[in-house]
Amino acid sequence: MTQDAPRNDRPRAVNGHAPDVFKREGQVPMREYPKNAPVDFVIVGAGCGGSVLAAKLAEAGMSVVLFDAGPFFQPRRDFASDEREQEKLYWLDPRISDGDDPIELGANNSGRAVGGSSVHFQMVSLRFRPEWFKARSKLGYGRDWPVDWREMWRYYDEVEEALKISGPIRYPWGPDRGRYPYREHEVNEAGLVLARGAEALGVDWAPTPLCTVSAPSGKSPPCAYRGMCKIGCSINAKQSMLITYVPRAIKAGAEVRDLAMVGRIETGADGRATGVSYYRDGKWRFQKAENVVAAGYSIETPRLLLNSSTAQHPQGLGNADGLVGRNLMVHANDAVWGEFDEEIRWYKGPPSMATCEHWNYADDDPSKNFDGGYSFMSQGPLPGDFAGTLTSSTGMFGDDLLEAMGRYNRMAGLKMVGESMPQVDNRVTLADETDELGLPRAKVTHSFCDNDRRLQGHGRKFMSRMMRAAGGKNLFETQSTAHLMGGCPMGDDPETSVTDDMGRVWNVDNLWICDGSLMPTGGGVNPAMTILANAARIADRIIDARFD
Amino acid sequence: MSQPFRTPYPGYDVLDKWDSPSFDDQTREVLRARRDPPPRRFLDPNQFALLEALCAVVIPQRRPEPVPIAPFIDAALHAGRGTGTRFATMPPERDAWLRGLEAIDAEARAAFDGRGFCELVRPKQARLLRSIDRGDCRAPEAWQEMPPQKFFRALLLKQIVQIYYSAPAAMSEIGYGGPASPRGYVRLKVGQIDPWEAPFGTWEDQA
Ligand SMILES: Cc1cc2nc3c(=O)[nH]c(=O)nc-3n(C[C@H](O)[C@H](O)[C@H](O)COP(=O)(O)OP(=O)(O)OC[C@H]3O[C@@H](n4cnc5c(N)ncnc54)[C@H](O)[C@@H]3O)c2cc1C
Ligand code: SF4
Repeated sequence: MTQDAPRNDRPRAVNGHAPDVFKREGQVPMREYPKNAPVDFVIVGAGCGGSVLAAKLAEAGMSVVLFDAGPFFQPRRDFASDEREQEKLYWLDPRISDGDDPIELGANNSGRAVGGSSVHFQMVSLRFRPEWFKARSKLGYGRDWPVDWREMWRYYDEVEEALKISGPIRYPWGPDRGRYPYREHEVNEAGLVLARGAEALGVDWAPTPLCTVSAPSGKSPPCAYRGMCKIGCSINAKQSMLITYVPRAIKAGAEVRDLAMVGRIETGADGRATGVSYYRDGKWRFQKAENVVAAGYSIETPRLLLNSSTAQHPQGLGNADGLVGRNLMVHANDAVWGEFDEEIRWYKGPPSMATCEHWNYADDDPSKNFDGGYSFMSQGPLPGDFAGTLTSSTGMFGDDLLEAMGRYNRMAGLKMVGESMPQVDNRVTLADETDELGLPRAKVTHSFCDNDRRLQGHGRKFMSRMMRAAGGKNLFETQSTAHLMGGCPMGDDPETSVTDDMGRVWNVDNLWICDGSLMPTGGGVNPAMTILANAARIADRIIDARFD
Repeated sequence: MSQPFRTPYPGYDVLDKWDSPSFDDQTREVLRARRDPPPRRFLDPNQFALLEALCAVVIPQRRPEPVPIAPFIDAALHAGRGTGTRFATMPPERDAWLRGLEAIDAEARAAFDGRGFCELVRPKQARLLRSIDRGDCRAPEAWQEMPPQKFFRALLLKQIVQIYYSAPAAMSEIGYGGPASPRGYVRLKVGQIDPWEAPFGTWEDQA
């Protein structure tokens, strides 16, 4: 920006006030807690898991301090229509990526801001298929969740209502889910390509349930179809945590500490958590707490637990059995791109306005040669993003590249969200080197298994057929990954899981996890709704346990 | 060899919307600040000249005022701003760039009688980059274990194209709508465009 220090360099939630996210300038009052008296809950990470938990616990009358390493943005002032400027939303501090299929981090799957990755997520709001919560016993692969699907179903209702998800009246797959709180969005041409293809192949499709409002809601205007959701919504149509659960938490008396990186969860002689050490405004500080919750997502949560080792927890917190950081999962994000005679202009509207979940439910199809499932959606990448996809998958440059990009307005794409199996060797560990604060960096090791590859191959083949059926020409395929899940799975058995069914770390009874890292399996849909619903469920369990 | 690229949208310029509701203040501020590219601070003059030559091969620009690319890569290296990913096979980003630039020059010297990359004509530069992308290297020691294709695609190409395609001139040449806040779009279906979008384009395959 200017020669001065960037505006997002200094904490903004200070002196009893937090930024008013609905205004260009202005603040809202915020309660503050002393550092040396224990608060009921310290929550580390203000993303999907942390924000929901903070709001519900604060509304139940508990004292809560919610930390985030990233800045507290005011979208209407801070979010430009510019891909490069908006890199400020991502976790750009290096992590080491290893394994046979190393994953791309940063912009690809990790946010760093109050609101977490929901600030730049693409708003696809799908539910798990019920059987996936018992994948091992019902479908014969992966792991079981320690939760009944009907309970999760109720919490999906709760968070979908809170976020005013805009979706179709009748959703074609899975058990009945009533109607979505807001009506579906008009599907853009990129989505209609999927619709045409699906109809030609005889499978269902649906307008994607999206986390951006189709009509005004509170202080949010309806979506303006500007298509920049992945770099942050500057008009506040997108119902990210930053403009929903975070303001709710503040209103209910929670304190948010932005630009506050938690380096260690401290534990006492009895092995229980006593609070957190965090770096804010140039200094290390300590906040006392009765309970600590790690909600930093699938890489930073394991990293924090591992970085908090003591003589009593020599391998890190919750890690006596060496499970912390293992069973990390991604979604396969393979795509098929095709060219059309007409101009599709896929930049208009949210990027994924139509979806097909056929292969999440087609157990008996003879061509299904894999465990798990996948969905796929229509696409609308911004120019820099699409150019990066072209060059990293083909190596093209020069006039070939300019020519290919010259067809940007005639392109359409289908991209899968493909389940991958939990594997113990896919994991987060600590690297030998440290970051600027002296904290060991995360190292992420990831390789696909044969089943994962079969699923991806099936998906690419099916999406290519559909793209051709819709009239696409000169198809090409790309391979990548999206989303993170797992790393600290919850379960019923302390020998195979890191936490119990309410996110409480086995053997440290006041240490909790509440984010995507709890997921025992990844499913074939985007994870945010499941993470949110699970957080809402955990919040109620904590509240019940406390007041019983 | 490929033909020089001709834009399907001659005469369209996203900057014509500068004073319209498609541009908000913060976007104008970002674009304004980018008009004066930052001074060179990380690479030395030879490395910088090599980087500029590479940018020109990757994005051949035939406009009177080419979109500056190299200064922004240099600035990111100076600031130590990374991408969030360091593949285990790659050195840290700054080292990767220094090593990669040196290796590309070494490849040029090995393939073309001791002439450096900047001394080669454009088609030879392009041919050299294609062989590096294939992993077909003549100066393997210069890469010091860094996988050439990974450097070429994941760092060099990716950063160059991401800088270029966020420039208004590049948005205009592909007919992209450009900045769109607070005003987005209304007409979302094929055959429909909003008055503030690029008019329909023309391509040779459709002439
Ligand atoms: C580009 C993109 C598109 C996506 N699209 C979709 C989609 O369409 N649909 C969908 O369902 N999902 C989508 N996702 C995934 C979804 O956003 C994530 O799964 C979800 O946000 C994860 O929630 P979480 O609470 O686990 O972590 P996050 O939301 O990532 O929040 C973690 C927060 O913790 C903070 N933090 C971490 N460590 C520390 C520490 N030590 N101290 C202080 N703070 C810390 C981080 O700064 C971050 O803000 C997308 C993700 C990306 C990146
Ligand atoms: S398309 Fe809608 S949700 Fe996405 S950035 Fe634009 S206004 Fe926001």
